[in-house]
Amino acid sequence: MNWVKEKFKELKPKIKSIFRVKVGPEGHLWQNCSCGTVLYKQDLEDNLFVCSVCKKHHPITAKERFKIFFDNGYFQEIFPMLPVDDPLKFADTRIYKVRLDNVREQTKRHDSVMLAEGLINGIKVVAGIVDITFMDGSIGRAAGEAFLTGAEHALNYNLPYIFFCSGGDMRIQESTFSLIQASRMIAAISLLKEKKIPYIPVCLDQTNGMITGSIALIGDVNIAEPKAKVTFFSQKQIKETTRDILPIEFQTAEYLLEKGQIDLIVERKDLPKTISTLILIRTNQNKTFLSDATDYQSDFTGEASSFTS
Amino acid sequence: MNYLDFEDDIRILDQKIESLKAPYISKGITDIANPLVVENEKKLNNLLDQVYSHLTPYQITKVARHDSRPRTKDYAKKIFTDFIPLAGDRMFAEDHSVISGYGILDGVSVLIVGQEKGNNTESKIISNYGMNRPEGFRKIIRLMKDAERLNIPVITFIDTPGPYPTKGSEDRGQAESIAKLTEVSLDLKVPLIAVIIGEGSGNSANALAVANKVLMLEYSMYSPISPEDCAELLWKNAKKVEEAAAALKISAKDLLDNKIIDEIILEPRGGAHRDHEAATINLALSIKKNLKELILMTPDELVYQRKNRFLSIGKDVLLPKEEFYMENIENRIQYQPFNWKLLFQNNIKLIYTIIAIVVLFILALIFS
Repeated sequence: MNWVKEKFKELKPKIKSIFRVKVGPEGHLWQNCSCGTVLYKQDLEDNLFVCSVCKKHHPITAKERFKIFFDNGYFQEIFPMLPVDDPLKFADTRIYKVRLDNVREQTKRHDSVMLAEGLINGIKVVAGIVDITFMDGSIGRAAGEAFLTGAEHALNYNLPYIFFCSGGDMRIQESTFSLIQASRMIAAISLLKEKKIPYIPVCLDQTNGMITGSIALIGDVNIAEPKAKVTFFSQKQIKETTRDILPIEFQTAEYLLEKGQIDLIVERKDLPKTISTLILIRTNQNKTFLSDATDYQSDFTGEASSFTS
Repeated sequence: MNYLDFEDDIRILDQKIESLKAPYISKGITDIANPLVVENEKKLNNLLDQVYSHLTPYQITKVARHDSRPRTKDYAKKIFTDFIPLAGDRMFAEDHSVISGYGILDGVSVLIVGQEKGNNTESKIISNYGMNRPEGFRKIIRLMKDAERLNIPVITFIDTPGPYPTKGSEDRGQAESIAKLTEVSLDLKVPLIAVIIGEGSGNSANALAVANKVLMLEYSMYSPISPEDCAELLWKNAKKVEEAAAALKISAKDLLDNKIIDEIILEPRGGAHRDHEAATINLALSIKKNLKELILMTPDELVYQRKNRFLSIGKDVLLPKEEFYMENIENRIQYQPFNWKLLFQNNIKLIYTIIAIVVLFILALIFS
């Protein structure tokens, strides 16, 4: 019986946690957080989808993200050119083309990357985001092409490029075409860097695989949201091959900051301000001190930068 | 010599020839004119031609992973004179899965960088089965910058099952080192040639394949994921490896059609593992031919050509949104043929239950 008691002790917290999450009246009015609190949905929305108790950043859709990020929630979507689908005529248990069509009908999106142009604190920027609802945000030919379109737009109009990284596994159905998107996206970034145009990646919760290994960690400044998971190998893969004992906070933004992989952890509500300040500082070419100059202006927003709207 | 599972007939013939040759070799005679030996060798050559001209993609993967296939170390020593291996990333450690160093190819100094898998158990453990740690990538970055300073061309050899998944390598920035290597090799102002000599899978292969010219041996593979993993991920069935390998289009021929590689280097009869010398000569000739073209280009041209090579892949099939959806509707009818096989695969449980109910119904009718 001792054995049973011990086993039960082990299982008890697990069983409890299962029931605890289901305590709240989940529905169109209420939402449960993983910390156990029940949140009123309108409150959550006003709080930019951040839990007021544990500060957990709930995942949000691409459109909601842009509404929060840009001034007054106004932005203009950029539509990239679309490559022809299914270059390899891939079929596993289902035909890839049919699978794509189904996902497109469900999500009303063409592919996983969404681009927009808008103002943040008066500075015009191009922003992109990987939508994890579209096939787990995997990167195929269309997604890579969309990233390049954003970079081209930024190059043509001399605008800073901000990219929200999430999802980002390889689209295995596109095989090597998906693999070389990594090199293509990095080539686009190096074009931006040549022209001294700021490129700032922001890691959101669950950034994995190919995006981490290509564009997420080589920006001018690497930013992450609190408690976001940024992985290159999944924990399962690491455990299977090497049997390493992994700490609980492994691969979270805080852990990566400790290991020196990212520069900043910024909360969702501070993102526009931090990024706009960073852009202002990094593009400021003014070499005379303001106090020395005769025509001194106290209002500095945008004046020092070439990126004014 | 190790034989693969589809080489049974070849093994039998090989053993036969060996037993026929044995008495001559013990006497020290090398030129054997015995008609039986000659006839059997002819047979063997025909058989090798026949087997190796009809390899399935998964069989190619097996050949690419063959134990006695020449590795980076062999090529570096045979192709280049005065090859001196250099070690260390000057920051943390030395990664033995990456071989690097300067050598001379027919009078021209080059930097040789490559992933090493090892041929026997001992060397495999030392080289960590070709799985790279971040130190390996940082070592390559250091040497590439050095070569750029000295204006020396770089040649990379790709042969890896993927990066090494550990807590340590994740802590030390596996992802960043791979991305950085790609960035550095894109901006390199010297000629860069990549050669896929065996198994090239995962991001670590991709990072080394950023080059002006990507060459590939005939029986090697280049894919985002190993066929075994793909079968488990998409088919949820480890036995569907053959189908996975075929669907991924990992063979050199398919990759050349898709313009992901530039040139296929032919291997001797029966694969490079049967004749190291011939494979080396072919590879050396091809590298020399490509390097001759690239050396004439200016640094700016080289960087432009390399970036454009990647940026332009897939640009020729772009369509605006409206046009795309117009074509998509036309294509949709072709893409949804009535397929018995897929219908069975997807609804296997339903079909079984229907059959069971029908059988029960018939039984009930009979016994009532």
